Amino acid sequence: MVRFFAFLVGLFFAGWLLVSFVAGGIAYVSEPPAPTAEHEFHLAPKHVSFSFDGPFGHYDKQQLQRGFQVYKEVCAACHSLKFVAFRDLKDLGYNEAEIKAIAKSWPIKTPDVDPATGEATTRDPVPSDHFPKPFANNVAAAAANNNAIPPDLSLMTKARHHGTAYVYSLLTGFQNQPAELLRRFPDSKTPSGLHYNPYFANLNLAMAPPLTSDGQVTYGDDQPKPTIDQMAQDVSAFLTWTAEPKMENRKSAGVAVLFFLIIATGLAFMSYRQVWSGVKH
Amino acid sequence: MSFPWAKEYTPKVPLMKWIDDRLPLPRFVYGAIGGGYPVPRNLNFFWNFGVLSGLALVIQIVTGIIMAMHYGANDLVAFATVEHTMRDVNSGWLMRYAHANGASFFFIVVYLHIFRGLYYGSYKAPREMVWLLGLVIFLLMMATAFMGYVLPWGQMSYWGAKVITGLFGAIPVVGEPIQTWLLGGFAPGNAALNRFFSLHYLLPFVIAGVVILHIWALHIPGSSNPTGVEVKGPQDTVPFHPYYTAKDGFGAGIFFIAFAFMVYFAPNFLGHPDNYIEANPLSTPAHIVPEWYFWPFYAILRAFTVDFFFIPAKLLGVLAMFASILLLFFLPWLDTSPVRSGNYRPLFRKFFLILLVDVLVLGYCGGAPAEEPYVMISQIASAYYFAHFLIILPLIAAFEKPLPLPGSITEAVLAGHGGADHEAVGEPAPVPAE
Repeated sequence: MVRFFAFLVGLFFAGWLLVSFVAGGIAYVSEPPAPTAEHEFHLAPKHVSFSFDGPFGHYDKQQLQRGFQVYKEVCAACHSLKFVAFRDLKDLGYNEAEIKAIAKSWPIKTPDVDPATGEATTRDPVPSDHFPKPFANNVAAAAANNNAIPPDLSLMTKARHHGTAYVYSLLTGFQNQPAELLRRFPDSKTPSGLHYNPYFANLNLAMAPPLTSDGQVTYGDDQPKPTIDQMAQDVSAFLTWTAEPKMENRKSAGVAVLFFLIIATGLAFMSYRQVWSGVKH
Repeated sequence: MSFPWAKEYTPKVPLMKWIDDRLPLPRFVYGAIGGGYPVPRNLNFFWNFGVLSGLALVIQIVTGIIMAMHYGANDLVAFATVEHTMRDVNSGWLMRYAHANGASFFFIVVYLHIFRGLYYGSYKAPREMVWLLGLVIFLLMMATAFMGYVLPWGQMSYWGAKVITGLFGAIPVVGEPIQTWLLGGFAPGNAALNRFFSLHYLLPFVIAGVVILHIWALHIPGSSNPTGVEVKGPQDTVPFHPYYTAKDGFGAGIFFIAFAFMVYFAPNFLGHPDNYIEANPLSTPAHIVPEWYFWPFYAILRAFTVDFFFIPAKLLGVLAMFASILLLFFLPWLDTSPVRSGNYRPLFRKFFLILLVDVLVLGYCGGAPAEEPYVMISQIASAYYFAHFLIILPLIAAFEKPLPLPGSITEAVLAGHGGADHEAVGEPAPVPAE
């Protein structure tokens, strides 16, 4: 009885799936899915290498400091960094006094309450504060940015596939729309107010190119030249750190743990062989 | 418990005797996983995955309890408290990555455990109850994993919760009220997050309880083995400790090496980047996909694209997805072949191999976007999945001519084909089930 009902159920599901397959096949042949501009022109992130790649990789503190400078001077006007605190900057090699000074002179102020009147006010950030947001709320952010809300950047490099390379590619990927795209997809012309970038999922991005000229940010004398490419790499490295500040701890602990486990497993294997040595199995 | 020649527990120190006289817990443990449990001598490494599943459950409970100390189950702060764990809690990143990857490893070892049972016919009499309880554990695991994935309140958490609870909305008439009741609202929100957290904390302990029943049921007939021939006497068995504790120790080492590699060097490889974006009810992700361990079932769900008269395709998909798991409960009565082990079933073995590839294909299609050719491939693969269990297995059982079975485990072992790791088995090459 069980097998009889099972047979019927199996026949129903398998049969109807084959009907669906045939229907899908006919639809696919008679109306092949139309290619879209997003499908044809979207590009995977460029290949770019960093000091923190691989199991033994470390952050380059000089690079993180340069990236932080780019964030501060270019990105911070629109993009928040809400999960990162000023105190975290010690990972970049700043000392306590420097962090205090960075917080105090930060162009955006921290919201506070006036202790005397109870009214809303602002104050200079202190090291224990997270980076203050550039806009009071999403409505203000959208109003100031052509209706697009600049996303928080704390986790950006983990929130996209190949995030570090993605940020680098996006920053260096602004260009004019290819003539072929306009010829094949005349309806896909970048609307006014948006900017074409093949590394962005739907090709048209509200953000204007933020890095526009070499030397836009002034690096120290002993540092590499601040070309667009260099600045993009540096800020991508910085945003990798903001997304994964414990990466160095993680990788160095991992090497030690694996070393221990391989030896322990070797010993476990030998004791397994020892225990079983007298038993044919 | 299982065999008359099982060694009796004899306390070695007075304290243990004192305890054992008052509460025979030491006796119980000794008989369950100590020297008092006789186990077939010819188990291969595919028998390691039961113990490894238990180990994975312990890892999840320990890391989960620690994470819960730093988590806030409220839709306004959940995402931020997870980031707080990652950044400001001592070794919080380790706990979270171990918990997230631990879920994946739990499913890896459980899937290997299930496929070992499928190949070696471990579900057959007298072990049906072991199989059924195992499936209950599997269902509880799926529910727990699904609710756990909602807790970080990222984009995939939110939209995954919406899609999966939406499955209940496909039920005619009562569907929508059920969905609203499950969520505590019309869409996932704080009410849903709170109850998911509560249940996510509860269910692992329910799983632990069913695990005890699973092991209890196993100890009545004793463990199966690669020949599928029942134990006939003391010469066929070795005590669990030290023989299989030593072997499981080595297995656990390999497990931990693979686990540590993922946790420390590729912690986000098995996750989806969208879950690092905070939940946003106003922005739907381009492709909503569950975690990888649900992909085969997700592919079956999406394979139904044509309405069956008055039954909408969506409801068919939901029914099929649940049926794909529920049919496993009937497996002991679908596969009536008296021979357990696939080693002695030439025809079964071929179809088993097809099933294995089929499930991997389903998994691949379930993770891919819902567009052609993936939908058409998953339609064929889903059709085979149902046909395999509901049509082909009973037919094989009726028509297959199995190979001659060895007289006993010991006879097979001495002849060099007991089915343990290093030997050639009956037919051509040993195709280990996985």
